Amino acid sequence: MRGLTKTYPAVRGRRGVPATSEVRATDDVTLDIRRGEIFGLLGPNGAGKTTLVRQLTGLMRPDRGSVEILGHDIVRHPERAARILAYLGQESSALDELTVSLAAETTGRLRGLDAGRARAERDAVLDELGLTPLAGRPLKKLSGGQRRLACFASALVGRRPLLVLDEPTTGMDPVARRAVWGAVDRRRAEQGATVLLVTHNVIEAETVLDRVAVLDRGRVIACDTPTGLKEQVAGEVRVDLVWRETAPLHVPEVAALRDRVAESGRRWTLRLAPEEARAVVATVTGGAAFAALDDFTLATPSLEDVYLALGGAAQQGLVKA
Amino acid sequence: MSVVPAEVLPGSALAVEEPVREAAELGPRTRLWPALVAVYRAQLSRARVARIPLLFVATFQSIGIMILMRGVVDGGGEAQAVVAGSSVLVVAFVALNLLAQYFGQLRASGGLDHYATLPVPPAAVVLGAAGAYASFTVPGTVVTAVFGCVLFGLPLAHLWVLVAVIPLAGAALAGLGAALGLLAPRPELATLLGQLGMSAALLLGVLPADRMPEAVRFTRDLLPSTYGVEAFARTFGPHPDWAFVLGDLAVCGGVGVVSLAVATWAYRRAAVR
Repeated sequence: MRGLTKTYPAVRGRRGVPATSEVRATDDVTLDIRRGEIFGLLGPNGAGKTTLVRQLTGLMRPDRGSVEILGHDIVRHPERAARILAYLGQESSALDELTVSLAAETTGRLRGLDAGRARAERDAVLDELGLTPLAGRPLKKLSGGQRRLACFASALVGRRPLLVLDEPTTGMDPVARRAVWGAVDRRRAEQGATVLLVTHNVIEAETVLDRVAVLDRGRVIACDTPTGLKEQVAGEVRVDLVWRETAPLHVPEVAALRDRVAESGRRWTLRLAPEEARAVVATVTGGAAFAALDDFTLATPSLEDVYLALGGAAQQGLVKA
Repeated sequence: MSVVPAEVLPGSALAVEEPVREAAELGPRTRLWPALVAVYRAQLSRARVARIPLLFVATFQSIGIMILMRGVVDGGGEAQAVVAGSSVLVVAFVALNLLAQYFGQLRASGGLDHYATLPVPPAAVVLGAAGAYASFTVPGTVVTAVFGCVLFGLPLAHLWVLVAVIPLAGAALAGLGAALGLLAPRPELATLLGQLGMSAALLLGVLPADRMPEAVRFTRDLLPSTYGVEAFARTFGPHPDWAFVLGDLAVCGGVGVVSLAVATWAYRRAAVR
């Protein structure tokens, strides 16, 4: 990695819809993404991820600030965004009634490929993603995950140095997910492509990303490698306790924990130092509390824990699955 | 892999450690014509998948109106107006009503983002879609016109004029439909406007003009479909006055150019919010 080549020295503030009260969807966001990196934007719903991406892709003008992609000023020349990046949005309504093959081919044509190239790239991409058997079917008739994969295929036809993917794997089965990440990796290895990924899936964030920025209420609250972020909350482990019916509050040790847990029905979640965690596990697996215990897990911190530890607004913002 | 901790906190700018490489090469700008053809082709295939039942509805509606009107009008000029009006009504149904709905929904659902993030001239998207919808009216309009001529005993000799009427009335109505769809703040409103436009084309185009009050006739003159109807109706006469036919078609063409330009502007406005 030869460092910094793409800079978003951005100071962005976006006023929301006037009908509601002013919402700053992105507030003074400053991010630097390096060339050839898979960079993730992580955050709960409404954190401002999509707004940020819309500003990067030239779909929305920021109120303030600047966006620079590979040496091009996108705020001043928003039309250049379309010539430098491929964007996979969350909506497929523009392609829904086309066949998979025509959707990919048309998108290629609209990226400036001539008919022959568009067809050749279409065939290559559909083959790469295992979509060839579905090529003749309209997107509308496909399942959610297959439709998403077809949209992803369209985004890949016509080479672009930057891929902006807004939750690309929503609804996909593991095979399709693997196809997506394989294709992304190949574009990076062979073409040096940079990838900006929006997600609220922490498992995916941990496995595929080089670096992650955690967004909360329009602000970047952390930005590092997944491992680096996890180190910030190192020393804590998560203990999940699931009770059979209700927590045995008559046990003094259990009652003492009560004001430190995040309670969700029969489930108690605790973030503790390893020593404490060991003591808690010893308490609940022996004696009176054990009779009331259904299940328990002990886990090292995930990105979800990082997010919560950093003071994310939503208590259950990130989906873990 | 980069494991350099990035000091990225709100408001802080990162120090640039290495000289910034020169700007990346931009992808090609797609030229108008290939982009238009690609959009046209895609839209036509969409129409084939999703719009065939609606096309039947449009055709049957017009044929039904002609059968009803047969008991009311007594041939001659009125019959010509009914046949011409019903034929152009098919164009209004598809090009104005359905296109307004399509763009209204596309805008509301965020589907315009797809086109807006491709290096496509806005005119290509609007003209491609409008052209596809206008083309799709061809079979219905021809069937309606032939059926009407047979029903009312009108000459089939000048039906070739449809070759000019369909694209020009189609351009005017599709441009109007696209503009309404893209300008309407909500998709329901786009649907409503499209329906109203079609109802106006139905009432003002099919019913004979000389039985209408002055105010309604004035409204009729404002509707672009009227000129398509009149141009077509004139050709049923024994000695059509081609100058008037050309004049009416020129109005359609003019309205088409203006409304498509407005629609293109509306698209640009809707695409970048």
